[in-house]
Amino acid sequence: MIVAGCDVGSLSAKAVVVEDGRVVASHVIRAKPLPRDSAREVMGDLMRSAGISPDSLDYCVGTGYGRNSIEFADSVESEIACHAKGAWKIVPDARMVIDIGGQDAKAVRFDDRGDVVRYVYNDKCASGTGRFLEIMAEALDVRLEDMGAIAARAQDPVTLSNQCVVFAETEIISLINEGRDISDIISGLHTAMAHRVASLARSIELAGAVTMSGGVAKNPGMFAALQEALQVKIRPMAIDPQIVGALGAAVIAMEKAGGNGGA
Amino acid sequence: MIVAGCDVGSLTSKAVILNDRTMLSHAVTRSTFRPDDSARTVMDRALSVAGIGMDQVRCCVGTGYGREKIPFVDKVYSEIACHARGARHLMPSVHTVIDIGGQDCKAIRLDDAGAVVKFVTNDKCAAGTGRFLDVMARLLGVDLDELGKLSAQAQAPLSLASTCTVWAQAEVIHHLNENTPIADIAAAVNQAMAGRVAILARSAGLNREVCMTGGVAKNTGVLTHLEKLLDVRIRRLRIDPQIVGALGAALYAHDNKGGAPDDRSRL
Repeated sequence: MIVAGCDVGSLSAKAVVVEDGRVVASHVIRAKPLPRDSAREVMGDLMRSAGISPDSLDYCVGTGYGRNSIEFADSVESEIACHAKGAWKIVPDARMVIDIGGQDAKAVRFDDRGDVVRYVYNDKCASGTGRFLEIMAEALDVRLEDMGAIAARAQDPVTLSNQCVVFAETEIISLINEGRDISDIISGLHTAMAHRVASLARSIELAGAVTMSGGVAKNPGMFAALQEALQVKIRPMAIDPQIVGALGAAVIAMEKAGGNGGA
Repeated sequence: MIVAGCDVGSLTSKAVILNDRTMLSHAVTRSTFRPDDSARTVMDRALSVAGIGMDQVRCCVGTGYGREKIPFVDKVYSEIACHARGARHLMPSVHTVIDIGGQDCKAIRLDDAGAVVKFVTNDKCAAGTGRFLDVMARLLGVDLDELGKLSAQAQAPLSLASTCTVWAQAEVIHHLNENTPIADIAAAVNQAMAGRVAILARSAGLNREVCMTGGVAKNTGVLTHLEKLLDVRIRRLRIDPQIVGALGAALYAHDNKGGAPDDRSRL
């Protein structure tokens, strides 16, 4: 059985194809202005590169902010349900996933079948979302993807007093003016953001092993800072943490099409 | 007796010089990264306008975000106390003071004697502070002063869905790309600002009369939206609302040196 999941987010679109319970191909693109176009492109590219004909798909589940614009989806699921299912598929003994996207952050607790138990979500405040790091990277004139490596050199990390993105940006500019080392500043930024996300996660209580998804999980500095803030070891994912939502959608597609999602 | 008040804020610094509770001079300057320099600059300006030297000032009280770093003050008071004192001095009937600064917002409720009964402050989130307007004015390419006036020219009312300054910025950029008239966007910005301030003001509790202090009080758009949201008339002060904190500080300096107590009939 071949199924697919397609996750159309605000900043990127992801697609995953699962055949007989195994991930056979995945793809990520930058989002287009229209979610419909993002969906078409990411799935089209994936089908071509994996050599799969769209007709051979048994089922496709759409998710993400643009899920209602995915023309080829047989059904849609919430991002919460998909992240839980995807995280459970990769780390079966985890019971919570913390997902930090470009414009939101969520913590989802799930059961031993990957079904949602409880969740909490922030998309109201940019602090604690990927946007926080993006704005700081711009202010510091470093690449977002380099932040983790730079923070690893920190000797004397700064402590930020502001959580608000706008105020924190001013604060780091004065830290630069004071001559603080950029690695110490970035390390401090990771800690500040981790505390924000940790308090979100703690509001639904931690239970069982925790894992992390979303583009921000690729930043080793953030990963470590979140472990520190939560005082737990976070289980890393064996796949690109950005495609967890799409993977979850594919697993749900398998369940819907009558296959065994967990196998 | 000559006294002074110095209010070093995050964006502007203010100084007021009083002689027996009559204002001799005042000054407003832009704050620099160093609060001690900002304080000296604004005080020198006020002293030179008054034509006196620092040696003639019997007492100086400091307030504001940078108050602990002002080198020449005899005493410091909180901004809450100084805004309450300044507003009550200017308007004896005032019971609620809404102060919007460059990086914070406070709502202060006073009892009949002028004592602070309750205050609520936000300095954690840029939304609902002067900073929000600052960011938006820059984005719209208009002066902060102009932003307020644009509300009156709005044709098609618009509202912003986001509270967060960062997300609201993205919304404003979207409207700019859609060629939405600047006045309509400006009105939405002022309204969003007023909405946020109204929540804070309500949680402190509104008691008539209500007045507004701080630089944002000069923004007529925010003021009228706020009056509508709170369903209350906001009384205009007869001096620059930005210097009310410094005035309050100077009044405390007057008390400190045993000056004659406030005589309400003379206000």
